Amino acid sequence: MKNKWLAAPYTVWMVIFIILPLILVGFFAFTDKEGYFTLDNIMKVGQYSNVFLRSIWLGLLATVICLVLAYPLAYIISKASFKQQTVLTMLVMMPMWMNFLLRTYAWMSLLEDNGIINNFLVSIGLPRIHMINTSGAVVLGMVYNYIPYMILPLYSVLTKINGSVIEAAQDLGANNVKVFMKVIIPMSMPGIISGITMVFVPAVSTFIISKMLGGGGNLLIGDLIDMQFLGSAYNPNLGSAISLVLMVIILICMGIMNQFDDDEEGSGGVMI
Amino acid sequence: MKIASKIYSALIFIFLYAPILVLVVFSFNDTETGSRTIWSGFTLKWYKMLFEDRLLLEALTNTLIIAVITAVISTALGTMAAIGINAMNKRTKKVMLTVTNLPMVNPEIVTGVSLMLLFVFFVQVFGGKSLGMVSLIAAHITFCLPYVILNVLPKLRQMNPNLYEAAQDLGCTPFKAFYKVVLPEILPGITTGFIMSLTLSIDDFVISYFTSGTTQTLPIYIYSMTRKRVSPEINALSTLLFAVILVLLIIVNVRNSKDKKEGKAN
Repeated sequence: MKNKWLAAPYTVWMVIFIILPLILVGFFAFTDKEGYFTLDNIMKVGQYSNVFLRSIWLGLLATVICLVLAYPLAYIISKASFKQQTVLTMLVMMPMWMNFLLRTYAWMSLLEDNGIINNFLVSIGLPRIHMINTSGAVVLGMVYNYIPYMILPLYSVLTKINGSVIEAAQDLGANNVKVFMKVIIPMSMPGIISGITMVFVPAVSTFIISKMLGGGGNLLIGDLIDMQFLGSAYNPNLGSAISLVLMVIILICMGIMNQFDDDEEGSGGVMI
Repeated sequence: MKIASKIYSALIFIFLYAPILVLVVFSFNDTETGSRTIWSGFTLKWYKMLFEDRLLLEALTNTLIIAVITAVISTALGTMAAIGINAMNKRTKKVMLTVTNLPMVNPEIVTGVSLMLLFVFFVQVFGGKSLGMVSLIAAHITFCLPYVILNVLPKLRQMNPNLYEAAQDLGCTPFKAFYKVVLPEILPGITTGFIMSLTLSIDDFVISYFTSGTTQTLPIYIYSMTRKRVSPEINALSTLLFAVILVLLIIVNVRNSKDKKEGKAN
């Protein structure tokens, strides 16, 4: 059992399929089409700063909404009986098992100008609301797709909070609000952190949700990258530069988040 | 308070399930124009069309082949890797785990794009066919491996390391000791890793999208269907997939609760 050479095939795999591809991204980002060193690509990323700002803003918005909506639900589930907990977590997970393209597609038929919601509004005598192809629809898509990733880690830390800690706080004179602010929130911090990362990273880098629900007017970083590699604006060098900047942004965000997380084994949360 | 929390949970679950319900209901919609929002009678014709769709069946076959090969290889490679990593000293272990985490931490699109660059690079250097099944499988193994390793590693840590040596002292060969002592201990982790690899591979769109070339997998086919946005066939497909998942989950759950009951009885 002390045979560390068993990891050798994996190490080779890791070098070829994880490290080498990232080196290639770096190489493409700093070279031109002929393979000569250049900083042009990185400079060009600056032109898209509005797209970056929009992605980060919408991603943050979706993350905050997820946190606000998910926390009470996670708390309710953690307080339910054991049997109910199993059923409720199952109900939270089940939509995740459906392909997210299909789930996003479902929102298209709900939000369209002639969609189900608008048909309903008209039938009860209200005016139509334009919803699809707005940034609101994109945020809604993000919240819908990623909210389980917020609920589950929150639930898993909340169930672990020892009830006697809360009682102790109450015995020492804390009222409900104080117990919540001073005991429950700090103790659920690891779950909050992993929930935020698990929602923010996919939300900020999505390209499907913006394509399907955002129309052409709500370009995100993911769409930019997609366009450079498989789209009309074929330019892998610029695409790599954008990917590199995206990676750096996410690393910075994670670094900031980890400042709040003093848990050593902070891998956090549940994995399905 | 009790009622308030019931109402709140109900609202969230309505939000989670309303779109799925809409998909299911409109898969039975008898419409000439292919409208996905106006109800005009019950039909099963979209299901019939689905089963006659040769491209779809081909995509489904590809998806299943890729998923099985991916799950087998990544489980074997990942389990070996976990045993190896577990035997390493603290510093090497940390380096290995940091790199292992990269595909999980990195945005999917970056992993997809970087693998695409790698495969295009391979084709340029070594020649050979362009992207397809092989590159898809390699990409899927890459993003499944971390999940296998991170599921097996905790089981290895929990295990008493003396057991393996004890088995050898009692005359087992190293292989037999592994097979009889270590494997049963870490099997739950291996099984979880295998199942997660299967589902992740079947469900993956973003990474496949960049590494598939012209090969179709089910999610890629679904994507091309949503771009055309005409046929309720896609609703029928969603309904079928959801039904399959539902049945699988119920079977797994019933089995789990049975195991628990038997466990208590023992």
